[in-house]
This record gives sequence, C-alpha cells and structure tokens, in this order.
Amino acid sequence: MTGAAPVLELRGIHHSYGTGEAAVHALRGIDLTVVRGDYLAIMGPSGSGKSTLMNLLGCLDIATQGQYLLGGVDVSELDDRALARVRNRQIGFVFQSFNLIARMTALANVELPLLYGGVRSSRRRELALEALDMVGLADRVTHRPQALSGGQQQRVAIARALVTSPTIVLADEPTGNLDSQSTDDVLGILDSLSQAGRTIVVITHEDAVGAHAARVVSIRDGLLVGDRRNRPLGAPAETVAVA
Amino acid sequence: MSLLETLRSAFRGITTNKLRSVLTLLGVMIGVAAVILLLAVGNGSAQQINALITQLGTNTLTVRAGGGFGFSGGSGGSAASDTSTKKLTLDVADRLSHAGLGHVKAVVPQVDTSLTVSSTSVSENDVSLIGTTPNYFTVTTAKVGSGSAFTTADVTSAAKVAVIGSTIATKLFPTGSALGQTISVDGSTFTVVGILASQSDNGLSDANSVVVAPISRVQRSYTGFGAISTMTVEATSSADVPAAQGEVEVMLDQLLAYDPTTATGNAPYTITDQSQLLQTAAASAQSFTVLLGAVAAISLLVGGIGVTNVMLVTVTERTREIGIRKALGATRAAILGQFLVEAATLTLLGGVLGVIAALIGAGFTINGTKPVVLGYSVPLALGVSVAIGVFFGVYPAARAAAMRPIQALRSI
Repeated sequence: MTGAAPVLELRGIHHSYGTGEAAVHALRGIDLTVVRGDYLAIMGPSGSGKSTLMNLLGCLDIATQGQYLLGGVDVSELDDRALARVRNRQIGFVFQSFNLIARMTALANVELPLLYGGVRSSRRRELALEALDMVGLADRVTHRPQALSGGQQQRVAIARALVTSPTIVLADEPTGNLDSQSTDDVLGILDSLSQAGRTIVVITHEDAVGAHAARVVSIRDGLLVGDRRNRPLGAPAETVAVA
Repeated sequence: MSLLETLRSAFRGITTNKLRSVLTLLGVMIGVAAVILLLAVGNGSAQQINALITQLGTNTLTVRAGGGFGFSGGSGGSAASDTSTKKLTLDVADRLSHAGLGHVKAVVPQVDTSLTVSSTSVSENDVSLIGTTPNYFTVTTAKVGSGSAFTTADVTSAAKVAVIGSTIATKLFPTGSALGQTISVDGSTFTVVGILASQSDNGLSDANSVVVAPISRVQRSYTGFGAISTMTVEATSSADVPAAQGEVEVMLDQLLAYDPTTATGNAPYTITDQSQLLQTAAASAQSFTVLLGAVAAISLLVGGIGVTNVMLVTVTERTREIGIRKALGATRAAILGQFLVEAATLTLLGGVLGVIAALIGAGFTINGTKPVVLGYSVPLALGVSVAIGVFFGVYPAARAAAMRPIQALRSI
C-alpha cells in the first residue's frame, strides 16, 4: 500500500441519534482512510455502529461531528444539490434489502441513476445493458423485481451501483438476505470488480464475506478495534485461504 | 432530469396503480361535475322564472274587489253592508279608463265564475269563465292563437261568442278544430270564435283551461250586473307602474266615495303589482341556486378530501421510493417535479372528464328544469379540484424529499 491516493478519509467522526439523555451514540470517534482500488470489509456485531458508518460513507446521512472527505472534498459542507451530485457520481450503493423500485423493470431500475445524472436516453440504455450484462442478467432486463430471485435482484442492484462508474462502491450486508449460491454469485462479482480496480467497501458480520476483502476493519461499540490486511492491494482474492 | 423524463416517470406512476388512479380520477370528476351541474340547474330555474315574469308582463296592476276575507266577489247578489262606499262595477271601470290618467294606458274589467262547459259529446265541470272586454287579449298574457278575439261590437251586443283555452279546446273537441263549433256554458250556447295560444303554467291556475266571453254577456247570463271581480290596469311602461298605481288609488277612492283616513273596515279594493309575486318567486329561485351551490361545494370538498387521502397514502407508501431515488442522486427538485406532474395530471384529467360529464348532463332536462351552465363554474370547479389535488400530492412529497435519504429509506 505504498503511495496509493486516499479515496475517502474519516477524521474524528461522531454520530448520535436523538438528543439529551436519550441520545444514542452510535459512533464515538472514527478515523479511517481508504485508498483507491482497495477492497475493505467493515466487520462487527449488530449494534456496533457499522450500518451508521455505512450510511455516512454513502452520504445518506450527515455525521453529527467530524470530517468526511470524499475524493478530497468535505462532504459535510455540501448543500442538497451538491450532495445529490456526489451520491449520483461518486457513490454506488448496494443495500441489504436491494431497494429496487418494484414497478420498474430491471433495465429501468439500472437506468435510474443515469437519468438523475442527466445522461440522454440512448446512452442510458446502452450503459445499463452493459452493466446488467456484467452481472450476468442480460436475459432478464425486462423483468420486474418481483419476477426475479433474491440473488438476481441483488445483481440488478449491483448493476445499478456500477452503471455510473462511481469512485467507490459501498455494499451494506449485500449477502445478508441471500442463500449460499447467490452469496457466491454476488461475492464473485465484487471480487471481479475489485480485480478491475474498483474501490469497494463492504459491511458484513459474516467472516466468509470478510475473507474476500483485502483489508478488514473491526468495529465495536462505535469505535474501530482492529485493522488487518489480508493481502496486498490488487492481489487476487483466490490467494487467501477462507477461514 | 428533463421535462420529458419527468412526464414519463409521472405517467409510469399513474399507470402502475390503476385502481388508485381511477378512484382519484373519479373523486375529482364527480366533484367537478356536481358543482357545474347543480349550479346550472339553479341558474336554469332562475332563468325560467325570469322568463315567466317577462311573459306575464311587468307593466300591469291588478285591482281586486274587496280588501279582506270572506268577500264573495263576482256574484251580483251579495249585498254591501257598508252603504257609504260603492262597489267596484263595470261603470267604475269605464270611468277609470276615461278619467285621462297620465300613466294608465288601458283598463280591462273582468268578471269570473266557474261553470260546466260542454260540447255535444264531452262535458267539463268547474271551467273558469271570464267575462271581459277585447283589450283583455292585448293587455294580459292570454293571446289569441287561432281564430280571432271577440270585438267591442260583440261586447255592446252581448253576443254569445267565446274564445277558449287550448286545453279546453282539445278536451271538448278531441277530433277536430273547435273553431266555429258551438259549446254549451251552463245551458247557453256560445260560438267559439278563437282559441288561446298555449301558455306556460304559472303554478297558480291552469291558464289553458278557460272560456273567455264578452263581459256584458257573462254578466247578463251568469253573474248579474253587480260588482266585477278584477280590473287589470295597464301602465304606460313598467317604470310607470308605481305612478299608475297612485293615480288609480286616488281615482278609485273618489269614484267609490272611499276615504282611507276616516273609513272603518276593509277597503273596497286591493291593488297588486303583477310582478311582485314573481319577484318573490325569483328571490326564492336565487336562494335555491345558492342552496344547490352549497351542496355542490360540499360534494367538491368531499371529492377533494378523497383525492387528498389517496395522495397522502400514495406519498407515505412511496416515501421509501423517494429515499431510494435520493440515494441514487435525485435532487429535491426532481422528486417534487415527478409528484407535481403526477398529481396535476390525475386531477386535471379527472376535472376535464367532470366538465365533459357536466356538459353532457346539462343537455338533459332535470326535474322540469333546463340547466344553463354558468360560465364561471367551469374554471372555478376545475381550478379548485386541481389546486386541492396538487397541493396534497406535492406537500407530503416535499416533506419526504427534504428528508435525508436514510430517514426516507427507514420509513415503513
């Protein structure tokens, strides 16, 4: 990890829900730097604050305290319009519960971020088909989410996260709702994305998922308690023995 | 996001949940149609009454014999208990018409009675028999439709001729024309010289079921030469009606030797302005329109609440979708635009369908009234319904769009 540029940097991040005595301090001072092309897994038990951290990374929420630099820009300073642009261009978010829009086809779902990015219709279609092909769903583009299996839905969601070529792909428990076969499919896709040089941050509580990552950070009670590198940047995941 | 994309996205939203969209559409449609149609019915009936007023003539006064209760006008046999005042007679009417009153154009005396009228085959009981002079047909609303009126010569000679109403003409002579036929009025034979044009029902009596004959003949054969029942006074114009009334009062007091300042008991006559009654009717038609308008406004309100309800449910249901869209990079404006177009399209479509339904409905006669659509009611109903739909479609969406994506995603 020599000389790699940081994609995101967290400095002294605190986050709490509620106010006064009822306040829940989910994050109590997180410092974290992720470099370009890394494959990071954030692991921790439930209630450790990992989901809160993920929401902050995805600009879905704003930290109550601390600095979050994404590509060198302090995100907490941005207004609604600029934040929307960051979410659109820089971040590809994969949710545990897929979060596809039920009444739209797979293709339309994947096109959605491009629509908000102002890409014109023909180019949108082209890029979306490409992304769906990459996750192996070229033959399912006109299906609506309810006509797809959980694994297929998550692959559509990954295609949607990838289609804008974001700086960073964030995946919040991407295999949490999937069977083992689909889990393997999804992890395989993430591995190949990492190989292709994408920066990926995955949140999980499963060691099997964490084992795919190049770097594993542990979080407990709102604090980082461990930071372990499985393999050097860019090394294929296959070289790592699954625990 | 371009306007076209917004439109496409909104239409997808509308067509996805068809039942909800149809219910919203229906709510707006019924509200709008009810407002336009009910106001049109109210307006139509008011116009009908106005037409009736015009038809009855606003430039006439009616002088009735007797001022109070229990006066049996018409029959000459009734003896006046008050000897100091005279009765309203044909002679009084003649003098009144020749008195040279400035605002009086004509005086039409009239005696009324009710008798059995028959042809050779058919007999009708209680037909109103009116004895009058020829100017009855020019001053009042009774016009001769076919044949001709009787003449002044007929009055002088007390001829047995009659002009009969259209209803009685068809009843007595169902197969052919009544013109030139003879009818029997309580045993006396009259020749039918004219038939009255059909008159619209004024709600007081059947104006088409009458027999009109020279006053001299009616007095001689039936009522006697005593008091007459009414006089119709035609003023020189409708504006001169009050002046004419004053002149007639002064003249009649003099002719009847009646002094309102010293007299006890009832006045020997009463004067009514023909249009007074109908002005009252017009006022009640006006309040009828207001009432209908209120009912319509309530139905629009209920329709609006229905739309509001659907819109609120829609947005609550779709708050998660808003969260997803925001997570993918939608700006607040893009989300608002989508919901605005969706709500506006739905309510506008419903509103336009409502207007069409109302205009079709206005083509039919409703409860005897031909509805007349009020021009302002169309934009009013349409505007109110669209405003309600758009406000309640956009306001909750605006709240959801202002949330952080994670808040919107966590709801539901």
